[in-house]
Amino acid sequence: MRLQAESVELAYDRAVIAKDLTLTIPDGKVSVLIGPNGSGKSTALRALARLLPPAKGQVILDGKSIQDTPTKEVARLLAILPQVLVTPEAISVEDLVWFGRHPHRTSLKVPSAADKEAVEWALTVTSTAELRHQHVDQLSGGQRQRVWIALCLAQGTDLILLDEPTTYLDVAYQLEVLDLLHQLNQEQGKTVAMVLHDFNMAAEYADHVFVMKSGKLVTQGPPEDVFTCDIIRDVFGVESKVVPHPVSGKPMCIPLRAGLRAQLSVATG
Amino acid sequence: MTTTAIIAQHVRRTSLAQRHPAILMGSLGVLAVVLSFYSLSVGATEVSMSDVFKAVIGDTADQAAQIVVQFQLPRVLLAWLVGIALAVSGAVMQGVIRNPLAAPDIIGVTKGAGFAGMLLLLAIPGISVTAVVPAAFVGGLAAAGLVYLLAYRRGATPVRIALVGIAVSAAFEAGIRFLLVRNPLDVSAALIWLTGSLFGRSMSSVFEILPWVAALVPLIVIWARKLDVLGLGDDLASGLGEPVEKTRRLLLLFAVALAAAAVAVSGTIGFVGLIAPHMARRVFGGKHMASIPAAALFGVLLMLLADMIGRGLAPPLEIPAGLVTAVVGGPYFLYLLVKTGK
Repeated sequence: MRLQAESVELAYDRAVIAKDLTLTIPDGKVSVLIGPNGSGKSTALRALARLLPPAKGQVILDGKSIQDTPTKEVARLLAILPQVLVTPEAISVEDLVWFGRHPHRTSLKVPSAADKEAVEWALTVTSTAELRHQHVDQLSGGQRQRVWIALCLAQGTDLILLDEPTTYLDVAYQLEVLDLLHQLNQEQGKTVAMVLHDFNMAAEYADHVFVMKSGKLVTQGPPEDVFTCDIIRDVFGVESKVVPHPVSGKPMCIPLRAGLRAQLSVATG
Repeated sequence: MTTTAIIAQHVRRTSLAQRHPAILMGSLGVLAVVLSFYSLSVGATEVSMSDVFKAVIGDTADQAAQIVVQFQLPRVLLAWLVGIALAVSGAVMQGVIRNPLAAPDIIGVTKGAGFAGMLLLLAIPGISVTAVVPAAFVGGLAAAGLVYLLAYRRGATPVRIALVGIAVSAAFEAGIRFLLVRNPLDVSAALIWLTGSLFGRSMSSVFEILPWVAALVPLIVIWARKLDVLGLGDDLASGLGEPVEKTRRLLLLFAVALAAAAVAVSGTIGFVGLIAPHMARRVFGGKHMASIPAAALFGVLLMLLADMIGRGLAPPLEIPAGLVTAVVGGPYFLYLLVKTGK
């Protein structure tokens, strides 16, 4: 496995977020980190992307400690899309995607044929090529997120990490983004690891799920194994009924309101 | 006109400039050169344009040409160098701090340099203004260093740098005022320097600032793409392989050095570092490869105009250029403040 965290302790200033956390991102799969707010899932992703140096332990990328690897080298192996994105003023889609070539370029060199090819490919594969001359701030939420993903793809890495790529998007745009990531995994063999909020989306798209709570990894595995009533109750503190998705057969978790909870306990009790 | 029509018009205008940046940039350059020649002839002594040309091509036989070379040429050259230094410094600070209101004045450099220069001028009465240069330089760097240190907590975020910068500036401003009040008899020379003027500067001032501009400005232009990447936010910039903290520190150091060198030779000329980069971004867009050279040209134009107005308004009385930029810059700053506040 190319990317893993080995018993890391993660902290901001003195606030310890996670202790003794170990996770291995499976190659060529779509994995999802899930958990309630403050469970440390975004923090873990930031550590995996070299954005946060672990206080203890280490993150290993291709057999080397990621902190000992120069940031530029890491950027050629692994792309990260943070949750909060700053769109530069009046920038075109194509110009934004070109930023993805930054780790491959030096200050004075003109862009190479490989750079141009990578940008064209990223625009094509994300279906943003026809938007190339538009300003990014004029796009819809889903289009904009596809452009940001195109930027990551232009980096030409096999590993792509995304921090809540669907937050604040309407459901249609959420599907648009997750379908794209699924397709990249299936057709290009990209390893995708992302933080998601919605467990049903996670169940639908993930090959492997990491469930986190208060900085600890509660369980991991395929969605069929990890999404059970007990784990949902443990981790999110809600009573729910888990049923198979009528079409895909993946587990679907339906949270229950108070009245129904009583009914359920009578029925099963 | 409806709001959308105004916006549409604005978008079209910006994109036209962005599509033909070379032509527009060239026109600005030509304008600056023409203004420089005109500026050589304005002043306490009227010099004809033909004398100016003679002087510039090296014919310094007659008296008028000598006046041009000795008195006018240094101040026009200084207008260029100080304008470039302040504008590029401001452009870098605004890029790094990601705040359109950042400028050498805000981050504490101007006031720090001013305070150190004042201290020396008042401590040793009658000291030549040339000796103030290194003091102002050290003061400017020290103030910026202080701001960075106070703002630093596992990296210095843009907002913290801006806020601490304002606080440190205010402290140095208080220090300057204290010096003025304590030494009411010796302040006149110090006050002239402090206000910011190109009056009475010689070629030695030109050579004091020239190396800084010649070394740092090209370096910053080469690093323009790094500045663009920093604009994407710290996390994405790191993700793209940019050592964010290191790059930010170096770029800020370059910007501080430029501003301190400018203050050292010309005193505190405010607002040029704030306004010129803003004008450049409005016309040429946010890419630093275009907006930094453009900011430099706008800086030159502002300095030339301020100096000419100062000289030409009521000769032989000289109004310091720093006063002119303050009169023009104050309202522009307020306009910016209102616009960003929306």
